[in-house]
Amino acid sequence: MTPGDAPTLSDRLTAAAAWPVRVLFQILDKPFRLIQRIGGIKTMPYIFLLPNLAFFGLFVVIPLFINFAFSLTGGTNLYLTDRVYTGTEQYAFLFDCGNYADPTSCREDRFWRGIYNTATFIFFQVTFLVLFSLITALILNRKIRARGFFRAVFFFPVLLSPVVVALIWKWILLRDGILNAALVSMGFDKILFFVSPEWSMFWAIFVSIWANMGFYTLILLAGLQAIPPDLYEAAEMDGTSTERVFRRITLPLLWPNMLVVIVLALIKGVQIFDEVYVLTGGGPGTATQFIVQYIYNTGFTNQVQNFGLASAASVVLGVVLFVLTMMQLAATRRRDNG
Amino acid sequence: MADTTADRRSIAALVTARRGRGKLHWTDVFTYAYLVFGVLLMFGPVVWLVLSSFKSPAGLVEFPPTLLPLGQVSVTVEGYDDPLPLFLTTLEDGTQKELAQVRRIGIVSQMVDPENPGETIRVPIDQREPIREFRLATENYVDPLQRFNFTRYLWNSVVVTTLATLVTLLINSMAAYGLSIYEFKGRNAIMLFVIGTLMIPITVILVPVYLVVTQLGMVNSLWAVILPGAATPTGVFLLRQYMLTIPRDLIEAARMDKASEWQIYWRVVMPLAMPAVAVLAIFSIMWRWNEFLWPLIVLNRSEVYTLQVGLNAFQGELDVQWHYILAMTVVTLIPVVLVFAFLQRFITTGIASSGMK
Amino acid sequence: MTNRLTKILGSSAMALSLMAGTALAETELRMTWYNDGNEGEVMRGILDRFEEANPDITVTLDVVPYKAILESLPVQLAAGDGPDIARVTDLGGLSEYYMDLTPHVGDPEYWRANFGPFLKWLDPDGDAISGFMTQLTVTGPYVNKTLFEQAGVEMPGEGATWDDWAAASKAVADALDIPIPMAWDRSGHRVSGPAISMGAQMFDAEGNPALVDDGLKMMATKLYDWHQDGTMAKELWGSVSGSTYLGANEDFANAQVVMYMSGSWQIPQFAETIGDAFDWWAVPAPCGPAACTGMPGGAALVAMKDTDHPEEVGQLMDFLAQEENLAEFYGETLFIPGHLGLAESGVEFATDDPRAAHALQTFASAVPGISPVAFDLQGYPSNRVMFNALISRLGEAIVGELTLDEAFDRMSQDVEQQLAEQSR
Repeated sequence: MTPGDAPTLSDRLTAAAAWPVRVLFQILDKPFRLIQRIGGIKTMPYIFLLPNLAFFGLFVVIPLFINFAFSLTGGTNLYLTDRVYTGTEQYAFLFDCGNYADPTSCREDRFWRGIYNTATFIFFQVTFLVLFSLITALILNRKIRARGFFRAVFFFPVLLSPVVVALIWKWILLRDGILNAALVSMGFDKILFFVSPEWSMFWAIFVSIWANMGFYTLILLAGLQAIPPDLYEAAEMDGTSTERVFRRITLPLLWPNMLVVIVLALIKGVQIFDEVYVLTGGGPGTATQFIVQYIYNTGFTNQVQNFGLASAASVVLGVVLFVLTMMQLAATRRRDNG
Repeated sequence: MADTTADRRSIAALVTARRGRGKLHWTDVFTYAYLVFGVLLMFGPVVWLVLSSFKSPAGLVEFPPTLLPLGQVSVTVEGYDDPLPLFLTTLEDGTQKELAQVRRIGIVSQMVDPENPGETIRVPIDQREPIREFRLATENYVDPLQRFNFTRYLWNSVVVTTLATLVTLLINSMAAYGLSIYEFKGRNAIMLFVIGTLMIPITVILVPVYLVVTQLGMVNSLWAVILPGAATPTGVFLLRQYMLTIPRDLIEAARMDKASEWQIYWRVVMPLAMPAVAVLAIFSIMWRWNEFLWPLIVLNRSEVYTLQVGLNAFQGELDVQWHYILAMTVVTLIPVVLVFAFLQRFITTGIASSGMK
Repeated sequence: MTNRLTKILGSSAMALSLMAGTALAETELRMTWYNDGNEGEVMRGILDRFEEANPDITVTLDVVPYKAILESLPVQLAAGDGPDIARVTDLGGLSEYYMDLTPHVGDPEYWRANFGPFLKWLDPDGDAISGFMTQLTVTGPYVNKTLFEQAGVEMPGEGATWDDWAAASKAVADALDIPIPMAWDRSGHRVSGPAISMGAQMFDAEGNPALVDDGLKMMATKLYDWHQDGTMAKELWGSVSGSTYLGANEDFANAQVVMYMSGSWQIPQFAETIGDAFDWWAVPAPCGPAACTGMPGGAALVAMKDTDHPEEVGQLMDFLAQEENLAEFYGETLFIPGHLGLAESGVEFATDDPRAAHALQTFASAVPGISPVAFDLQGYPSNRVMFNALISRLGEAIVGELTLDEAFDRMSQDVEQQLAEQSR
């Protein structure tokens, strides 16, 4: 806001909404001051972390432990005390394979198919997601007309729930959907997208990029705008080529944001579930059945709700994810230092 | 407005800023082509959803689909109690005539001329075509909204979304502040933990979380939906990354002025972190508004249903009622669009101001 | 309408408090319900009458997506957070949570006389009265008779086999350029009827489940072959994964399918979406070497034993199960009655569509001819384990991920493993 602007209605609304917040923070100052006086500045970080960690412990950490305990038990009872201790049986069952590269040789073939499908999905989805987000961010960062509008356009699908996104696209891609109508009117044959494993995977990737790109574009756009303009001015004066400017200035300075984008995209990729579940149902066969869907089916949708096996699979998933994250952190640290 | 300053600055800031004056470089053509394509790709499907949601069940299964919702015209004919559907019929002598259908038997229909209702004409069914007009099947919206306690669901969703977002913003920003401003024992361990759990999808620990919620006696209360998702690792991560970029001098200066740590948090750091907070707020609103699987498990009494649960009650065992599903999907979209229209300004100005440091 | 509106407004004003749990002087019963069509409205109407007659009891209908009945309800019941009454389809699987209404209903003999065979589905190991069927379903095919007439192909008559029907449908589709000659719901329950017709026994001599036998293999092989030669489209069986249900009702309504294997529950929907656009005709279940049977099935309204108000629940269930109320319910919803008295005397269905009337007649008269194996399978509490194994593995075979033989092995393994887990 520049000072001369008359306050609009939304400014007034914002101010009105901010008032109770301000009062609340004012009131909270006293107890926090007291704590600071007693414990000194050293205790403050713990105090600030406490509420978040409390919720975190209650609704994430404890369930994770229960989950782990589940994975060592069998049966269909809900309460741990009623369940049968089975040791590592569930894990042994998951890893009972003739050849790990060939899911059909495994006792639990769907688990391994889920893992391989997820790996394929992530590879393509993250690559193209980052690529298109970068292109879009660069374009939105140019001096274009109606920039606010275009930003909003690309961001819009982020607001839709995964279920809605999948329903919208399913509605388009059905045999009698509008895309096939377009193909027919152009003289092509109808394509049964969800019968072909390749098309199903393609649309699973496409739709998840469609739905999430706006968010990542936003992060990259913020990074682009944070790059000091004088750097470009200097480069322009030196007559440096655009390509060189991009590689030497833009990319390195954008790297922290790129990192956030890649990490978040990877995480969301591993977690992929709702969109694809509604869109392709995991099919055809098991072509787009991902690891989270395997866990969900095993523990939840099957008539025999096999919490033990589902938990074991999620523990395996958790370990893999943790290792991946650590590797990634190590890689970035080396990069930052070097 | 803030946008103008951002634009002026960004002229120089852009790698591929528009070159020359008056002349269109190929990158400009590409830019606008990309943007136009983007608008079609991003909005097109949603527009199609809205159009489809106004079609009658019969209109929805048509191929090729009509662009606009159409309904068959019907006329009241003397001697018949109910209005009869109107068809454009090709008669045996090749002339075309608008006739109303009385009934259809096998592959022959009995038609009647609305102007001359006395005599019935028999026409093979492939010789007639329905006459249709633009008609919005508003019953797709009205029926379910009348059948259900819509205001209650809406209220519940608003309560959940608002409270959950406030709680999330408060505790996440406090944690992010603690993790970004201070050096203390265990900081790295906690950060590692946050990142580690960032990766756990709630879907895989549904049952354990349900057990915790049951033990706390929160089943069938809105708290069961509000609290479990409040301590989002994503939020802590986003805010912390942002707060790390805040210059330390500011904080040191505030300490010199005898500001308490709490005051530094909400008077110095929070205002500076507003862009990131706004982004998290928007996400929290969207997450909570759109949440479906978890509320479906913990809420099984209709007075605590959120919109997503209530509106999805149309998914039957054997019949998927597309006409209702599409319409109710549009209903859940409306508030999202409104919130976005209001908060979108915060995103753009937020991003623009983030470049000013 | 106005009455309901004021009720809605009044109750939402009351609900400003966050926590649930109201301190009303009267008894409130919760009924968890799902909808396929208009049955929720019809039930509400009957409940309103009950409330009028019993002013101290209110009944709240909690309408949930069907998904919640299948997935959330078992977890809620296991945790003791379930409703008083629920409409369920996993009839025997949830049996341990049902209440025995015998001491609470006016005339247990009326219940046994009219719901006899279905009570067994709800309580396979005992003779409790736990509820009644909100609908009985029978699986069977529909054909697009208009297409047969236009193609000049004779419809196979009484006693025709599945092969006859497949060939006839293919001939019609070829003559008229229809994309899908034959479609079956992607559901293990739907396949089981024809499989039993082919001679599948489903259980061994001791009564333990034995899914894969020659009869089942014969049916599965036919389905597989039909998918390869184009008699069936891969869209249902070849898309989605696991045990996901898919129906071809929309394609059938759009005249894209000549013959559609589904069941009686499609009637109200077809009456609405197809109407008289073409003649949709229910035909008796085609034959195999062993039988000409469909599968019975349906949904039941059951009382839960965790309820705090067993007396009132009994009173309500007894009211709902009365002949005149059920006659109204079945009649308005176009459901096949799960009440023997009404099945015999006939229900006046609220439709004047001759196709719907014919279909209802066809399915209702198919009930006596259902194979005992089909009844046993429907009454087996873990039948969904068998259905899911059948459907998911056969689906994987059809898209080529497994060979048929591998699929048969996997089916047996899946059933065995899940039953073992259950009995731990």
